Amino acid sequence: MASTGATPILELTGIGKEFGAIRALHGVDMHVHPGEVVGLMGDNGAGKSTLVKIIAGNFRPTHGEVRFDGNAVHFYRPIDARAVGIEVVYQDLALADNLTAAANVFLGRELTRKFGPIALLDHKAMASRALKLFGELRSETRPHDLVKQMSGGQRQAVAIARTRLSNAKLVMMDEPTAAISVRQVEQVLSLIHRLKEQGVAVMLISHRMPDVFAVCDRVVVMRRGEKRADKAIHDTSPEEVTALITGAKEAA
Amino acid sequence: MMTLPLENPISFTNIGRIRWWQRGIFASQTGYVLLALLALLVVMHFASPYFFTQGNMQNVAKNFSFIAIATLGVTFVIITGGIDLSVGSLMCFAAMITSMVMSGLSTPGMPGASLFVHLAADGKTVVANVPGLILVVSVVAGLVVSLLVGLVNGFCIAVLGLSPFVTTLGMLSIVRGLGYVVSNGRGSFPGGPDADYFYALTSGDVLGVPAPFIYLVILAAVMAVVLHHTSFGRHVFALGGNEKAAELTGIPVVRVKIEVYVICALAAGLQGIIISGWLGSAPANMATSYELNVIAAAVIGGANLAGGLGGPLGAIVGCVLLEVIRNGLVLAQVNSYWQQTLVGVIIILAVLVDRIRSRMT
Repeated sequence: MASTGATPILELTGIGKEFGAIRALHGVDMHVHPGEVVGLMGDNGAGKSTLVKIIAGNFRPTHGEVRFDGNAVHFYRPIDARAVGIEVVYQDLALADNLTAAANVFLGRELTRKFGPIALLDHKAMASRALKLFGELRSETRPHDLVKQMSGGQRQAVAIARTRLSNAKLVMMDEPTAAISVRQVEQVLSLIHRLKEQGVAVMLISHRMPDVFAVCDRVVVMRRGEKRADKAIHDTSPEEVTALITGAKEAA
Repeated sequence: MMTLPLENPISFTNIGRIRWWQRGIFASQTGYVLLALLALLVVMHFASPYFFTQGNMQNVAKNFSFIAIATLGVTFVIITGGIDLSVGSLMCFAAMITSMVMSGLSTPGMPGASLFVHLAADGKTVVANVPGLILVVSVVAGLVVSLLVGLVNGFCIAVLGLSPFVTTLGMLSIVRGLGYVVSNGRGSFPGGPDADYFYALTSGDVLGVPAPFIYLVILAAVMAVVLHHTSFGRHVFALGGNEKAAELTGIPVVRVKIEVYVICALAAGLQGIIISGWLGSAPANMATSYELNVIAAAVIGGANLAGGLGGPLGAIVGCVLLEVIRNGLVLAQVNSYWQQTLVGVIIILAVLVDRIRSRMT
């Protein structure tokens, strides 16, 4: 279900962002389709994270329009973006080590049962739902285990399961493979495949060329706040992308 | 939702199950300290024939209840990774306000007193219009003052972003100073027609069980439910585990922080009011440096000052351990000045044992 001309889930037109006199982004057009994995690459300061933060609702764009699922959207806070179905998996995963896997998946949106005026946590329902999500992600993770005791891959699964909870339509992953072992990288890439199979659009922000070429359908390269390339993965090569990132090649 | 058909349910071939003795209380500092406490009780039993007498047990129960309620409160704050040094001062101030309001409303001629009391026919005896009303109003007054102090602490820490240590250190001094100001340094005494109810509720007992101990058990049970079975409790733990994560997942961090400081202040205020009932007065230097005992008890019981760990059982175990040691030293006729030194040693030992354990696993 790659980009087959259906309505894009995310459409950016002429996105620009200025911080005082600094122009962080300029005229970025971009679209992502359901079930598509798009790699977002660029050197530090190229504008990747600013772009991600605009989509995630941390910043408001100075110029341009964000359309999600066919409608123009204006996010004031990250919660607004989450409400329409945009989830971010942060680089440090934003997990609380001292809580269980299930507790982390449901953090901030716990399931409760009413006992008169008192709402108590529904531990059973949360554990079984979490186990099902881990199963869908093919991750051997027990809902009752503490995150403290988990491997990097399991942590990723917990962070990603959190996005599945809300049936997110777009998941943005910030450097998910930056600090984990080779075997765990494999696990994370297969988690991305699982999301894709379920029709979720994924934006992978990464420095690691092999990962991007392993899972992405398309790669977008940013440089100096502008989009320099937007190519199907089989029309390009790691060498070309590297040249685009460093500026050896201006645009493609 | 489009779900992937699960052709084979997930198997846990690579992930072992955590054994029951490696999880929960068995793998916590609270568990070890509880074990140490039980061992200590056995030793005490053989060391002194008086230790397990009914009178001594009542004494122990009463004495540790005098800091345990405040310890429950400060445990909430410690779980979020904060600290509250103002509990000792606040105990005194809340007690003082309660007894001043009680005496004031019971003195004909004082502003507002006519609503609550009148003079009996003999022209001397003060009679309450509604028995018990003065008690309720004065205790509520003490708790409202505590609530305000908690709100100020919470506001400075959560909204203004000041460090909890510095904010509550300042509050320690502010509240102690206010206590001296309102009482002119003399302290205050609960008085009037409702004073007997007040003493009965604070230092009385039910079937031999001291009243403060009953309050403690009820509050600890409520706290256990709140911490482990409500969203609020979950958020308190998340805040201590990873504050940034809590923020990113949409937990109302500011609100939760203010709430824990308010809970802590209310617990301290209630504790102070109970202590003043037992003392029969609220002297201006009451509960000086109690914050150290309270925090020590919480830490010995397994609350982690770095945040993310702690609970009511640990708070109580810590308080009992401190009291049993104090009591034991008295029974063993050891110079009571050793107590403080020993408490310090135990704090370090408890944390050390936990560190060794977490290195081993």
